[in-house]
Amino acid sequence: MNMTSPTATQTQTDLPRIVVSELGKTFVLNHTHTLKDRIVKMFRRSATPSKNVFTALKDVGFEVRDGEAVALLGLNGSGKSTLLKLISGVMAPDQGEILVRGKIAGLIEVGAGFHPDLTGRENVFLNAAILGMSEEQTKAKFDEIVEFSEIADFIDTEVKFYSSGMFLRLAFAVAVHTDPDIFLVDEILAVGDEPFQKKCLARIRELKASGKALVIVSHDLDMVSKLCDRAILLRHGVVVSDGPSAEAVAALRGEN
Amino acid sequence: MTTVSAGDDVFVRPGRGAGLVDVFRRRYLVKLLVRKELRVRYRGSVLGLLWSYVKPAVQFLVFYFAVGVFLKMNDSVENFSVYLFSGIVAVNFFSEAFGNATRSIVGNSALVKKIYLPRELFPVSSLWVAMVHFFPQLLVLLVGAAIVGWRPTPMQLAGAVLGMVIIMVFALGLGLLFGAVNVLFRDAENIVDLILMVVTWLSPVLYQWTNVTDALGDGLAWRIYQANPMTAAVNLFHWGFWYGTTDGTAPLPPDLLVMGLVSLGIAVAFLVVGQVVFRRLDGRFAQEL
Repeated sequence: MNMTSPTATQTQTDLPRIVVSELGKTFVLNHTHTLKDRIVKMFRRSATPSKNVFTALKDVGFEVRDGEAVALLGLNGSGKSTLLKLISGVMAPDQGEILVRGKIAGLIEVGAGFHPDLTGRENVFLNAAILGMSEEQTKAKFDEIVEFSEIADFIDTEVKFYSSGMFLRLAFAVAVHTDPDIFLVDEILAVGDEPFQKKCLARIRELKASGKALVIVSHDLDMVSKLCDRAILLRHGVVVSDGPSAEAVAALRGEN
Repeated sequence: MTTVSAGDDVFVRPGRGAGLVDVFRRRYLVKLLVRKELRVRYRGSVLGLLWSYVKPAVQFLVFYFAVGVFLKMNDSVENFSVYLFSGIVAVNFFSEAFGNATRSIVGNSALVKKIYLPRELFPVSSLWVAMVHFFPQLLVLLVGAAIVGWRPTPMQLAGAVLGMVIIMVFALGLGLLFGAVNVLFRDAENIVDLILMVVTWLSPVLYQWTNVTDALGDGLAWRIYQANPMTAAVNLFHWGFWYGTTDGTAPLPPDLLVMGLVSLGIAVAFLVVGQVVFRRLDGRFAQEL
């Protein structure tokens, strides 16, 4: 796994998948949601501080290459999930920029596109389309997806009757069978029972081995140190370290 | 989730789509979103899509008796039932497309917050759902017109199609604009309800255009009245579906087709403004919802 910074001469295959440079993100807290609030606030501007700004990320920079699994580590509120949302394009950065190459699949929230009133089958097609698959691609992968989820008996049942485990199994199965170049994974490996978790981890290793770039957010430090070679440690939105995952895990444990 | 169709060695900024062009590329997803929307709306409903026939039919009957019989419009307008209904379907189509598009971003917040999609997908899906509800009404209208002896000319039919296009473009433009603003200020939904009421009563659905010129003359006030794209759309619907059922002596609005094209231009301008505002606010959707 290549963890060094880019060399002077880059061939096409050497290009990184994700380039993050001087990235910054701030949030304005206590935002108002009606015009009345906004107008009232205008008149009270002198009385109360008008803005409550929270810096989620500051001057973050790194690159991710094909076949690399990078963990984002840090305590709650360190900016990990915000960073993942910026890479996926859900949010836009305030400073700096992110460049990506190829297709991204955000497993940011498994099953975000699932609707309880549709059957498992309909949800597979809808979610696969949301993740960028065509009808033919979904049909080709459908049996594989259902087999992976192990809920074939319930595939034509409405999802609202599913147990939470069944729901997550199906959603995860769809997500890992889309064929992106970059996988963004946020705390979704706590899926299902232990045998299924093992299966998911095996699948993620497979993706990595096949040359996909992975960015993973998780609080399961043991899993992270096994799955990822490299970890970026964040503290209050600033990169503290970027190196082998074992070192970052040790540093984070020391922080606690 | 971003689908980058550019070459594999091209870097792009995630989350910067091409707006409505991206929606066109993802027609399959639009189709599934529309199907989902229809399924969800009629869940647990015995009559299902039949409701989109029942509602306008009842609305039509109420207006027919209240305005046509009690206010005696039937005496002054030939085939008043067809006249009224062709206006009502136009306004229903516009109201549903515009109203649902306005609520579409907030209504799909689970997706907007978690997965990147070209967000224009949601207002466009709303427009499609409105079209699905519009066609049964159109069918009822055609049957009604046929019963009273409808003989349309090709030009009249083309006029009706122009009317539909005006409504679609105008509703999508306003829907993009207010759908985006609604994320920041939920007041937008109330403003939209007001706009819908004003547009409904200011287009000649319940009365004839001559009632307006009788009251306003044909000066500036009449020009302002005509600038409402829905006025042109309703006039074109009357021409397409009602005029062919009459003896042809009813006066047509002046410059009917020219005003139709001018209205289409106004609607396109709204679409451009809506898209520009939508893209300006798009980057803030996920954090404001």
